[in-house]
Amino acid sequence: MTFLIQQTLIYAIPLMIVALAGIFAERSGVINLALEGMMIFGAFVGVMFVNLLLKSGAMEAAKQADQWMKLQGFMFLTMLVSAALGSVFSLLLSFACINLRADQTIGGTALNLLAPALVLFLIRIIANQNTLQLTKGDAATWFMVKKTMLGYDKTDKLGFLGDTFINKVYLTTYIVVLLFVILSIILYKTKFGLRLRSCGENPQAADSLGINVIKMRYAGVSISGALAGMGGFVYALTTANCTSNGDVAGFGFLALAVMIFGNWKPLNVAGASLLFGLFKCIAASYSSIDLNGNGVYELANIGLNANFYRLLPYLITLIVLMFTSKKSRAPKAEGIPYDKGAR
Amino acid sequence: MKQKLSAFWAKDGTRSVCASLISILIGMAVGSIIVIIVGLTSKTISSKGAWEGVRLVFAGICSTGRDTVGNLTFGFSPVNLGNTLFRATPLILTGLSVAVAFKTGLFNIGAAGQYLAGTAATLFIALEIPSAVVPAWIIWILAFLGGLLAGAFWGAIPGTLKALLNINEVLTSIMTNWIAANLVTWFFDISNLKNVVEYGKTGYIYKTSFNGVSTPKLGLDKLFPGSQVNAGILIAIVLAVLVYIMMSKTTLGYELKACGANRHAARYAGIRDKRNIVLSMAIAGALSGVAGSLYWLSGNTEFFWSTYQSLPDAGFNGIPVALLAVNNPIAVVFTGIFMSALTVAGQQLKNLTAYNEYITNVITATIVYLSAFYLVIKMWISGRKKRKINKVQTSAVPDSADETQKALLDENARKEGDAQ
Repeated sequence: MTFLIQQTLIYAIPLMIVALAGIFAERSGVINLALEGMMIFGAFVGVMFVNLLLKSGAMEAAKQADQWMKLQGFMFLTMLVSAALGSVFSLLLSFACINLRADQTIGGTALNLLAPALVLFLIRIIANQNTLQLTKGDAATWFMVKKTMLGYDKTDKLGFLGDTFINKVYLTTYIVVLLFVILSIILYKTKFGLRLRSCGENPQAADSLGINVIKMRYAGVSISGALAGMGGFVYALTTANCTSNGDVAGFGFLALAVMIFGNWKPLNVAGASLLFGLFKCIAASYSSIDLNGNGVYELANIGLNANFYRLLPYLITLIVLMFTSKKSRAPKAEGIPYDKGAR
Repeated sequence: MKQKLSAFWAKDGTRSVCASLISILIGMAVGSIIVIIVGLTSKTISSKGAWEGVRLVFAGICSTGRDTVGNLTFGFSPVNLGNTLFRATPLILTGLSVAVAFKTGLFNIGAAGQYLAGTAATLFIALEIPSAVVPAWIIWILAFLGGLLAGAFWGAIPGTLKALLNINEVLTSIMTNWIAANLVTWFFDISNLKNVVEYGKTGYIYKTSFNGVSTPKLGLDKLFPGSQVNAGILIAIVLAVLVYIMMSKTTLGYELKACGANRHAARYAGIRDKRNIVLSMAIAGALSGVAGSLYWLSGNTEFFWSTYQSLPDAGFNGIPVALLAVNNPIAVVFTGIFMSALTVAGQQLKNLTAYNEYITNVITATIVYLSAFYLVIKMWISGRKKRKINKVQTSAVPDSADETQKALLDENARKEGDAQ
């Protein structure tokens, strides 16, 4: 059970933050199809930055001195860098879609093509192979929170809750959850959030009340880019052992589906991402899931092909979309370039 | 003459071609700039290497390797040209697929899945029917049709969901893409089509030529010796013409376009919009399926079947091909060949310099990005032209005025003379 929850969280957390990224863009009125590309870019930036930290020797010094707080600080810094550059990358989308009134779907597709191409081009030049790895092989695990760091002994029993939520977890999980809560509150309970949402529903009306639609949409897409970039690094760190190969296995698109399934509302999105995290976790490790701890791997015993579990998340998405499509309510003005003169 | 020229400039088609050419040029310029920046900042690449990279980005298709001194040589390269045509075949078809869907107001991002569906059906038919019993050309036709139908079916799924439940086709296409990737892996995993004969070919399916089935070359291999070209490119061009005729000369095409322009208005006019949306996606899917079909039926390509982690590039590269061609089926042939030439240039870049082939993907992405605000570029072009025409007219007006005045004066003088 501990394994199941931890694995589910590993998949759900990046989905959650990237789906929230989608919400911020779409609620401001811009369809962000480029979540996948922004994640790829963020993952590359993050891995690159960790490599730079390793090169400077600061990380190794901290590791040797057992200053795990410092290591967590480095990780947090990397998250911020990924977010900042993800935000910069998203400016390409904002510029095309907001200033030039381009087709948002095509603009997003362009970014989805651009990110892996650029990233792979650079990786091949930097690393001479298709994957950018950390220069120290096990450096990714330095970021993991272990019970020994919190003052427990190796043999100490922590109980179910402790084992699940304190031992061998990444701090990114809690940072993301905290960020998710804060940003949801901002979106719903502040003046800024209300203005942002109004731009996605009726930008002309918002404009008539003195809200700068262009600025609000820029803010929405930039926040979106930052969150997606950060999500990309979280994905790379927790599921790909902090490597980058110009691919995030369709997580960006899955996040898009999660967002639509969650009806563009943060709370539903959080639930949806947990559900999809669970399916992703089953797909990745169905053969070693032990539901009641009796040493029998139930799912492996059913004898279904691994590919069935792998396609399950996508199939479920499709089926769920079929049932929720009637209730689905997208922001009214999303996808429509803002035209001051339109009524 | 001047008027003819300005009429030529004012034509929509001309402006579209210009906008596409500008997009291509900017895309290549961006690629070159990246090559130069990387070349200047990297320690392993000299400035000469960077210059070679730029030259290959622009003229990679004419590259013939290096001479004995180590300098790049350029010239007529039948291998490159033939391979360009060979690789253009699936690109033209997926480009057509995306273009047909676009005309109906749908964004077919699911070409990759449809391509995989076509691939699986084609390979299964081409390899499972024994060529000892059935003539190879019949198997070829069956495999081709199988790929077509499989693609059409896979395309019809998002189409149906869009028509009946109004679910965004982009999202469903993405899901069906990944479902196809997993299904195809599953299918070949349990099949007996895995290549176990050749050493070091784990993970590959037999080439169709193992069963004696392959697309005829029709003498194209004589024209481009050493390349992989076959009659597939001709089939692709014929299909492009057929799609053009269907879209612009038939009732069906008219209905599809009407649905694309305004679904509700089309319905009001008595066009069955739901049927047309499904049909449009099915046609798009069939074209993508044929893309897969023709690529693997060539007999000299082998399919890596464990594809569940990644989708084939051929599917997504159809998008830039269609966008660059402004969804014109005939133009798709040219843009498909151009994109394929770019890919070949990327291969040259990889083989001959320290750079790699991904720079061509950057160029492609830049072109797609530019085509997103294609209308802006087009307006910019027409704006410039209009200004020029205005200038010509304003300079012409005084001239003609002078002339009319002169004529009037002459007339008056004549009248005066008559009166006297």
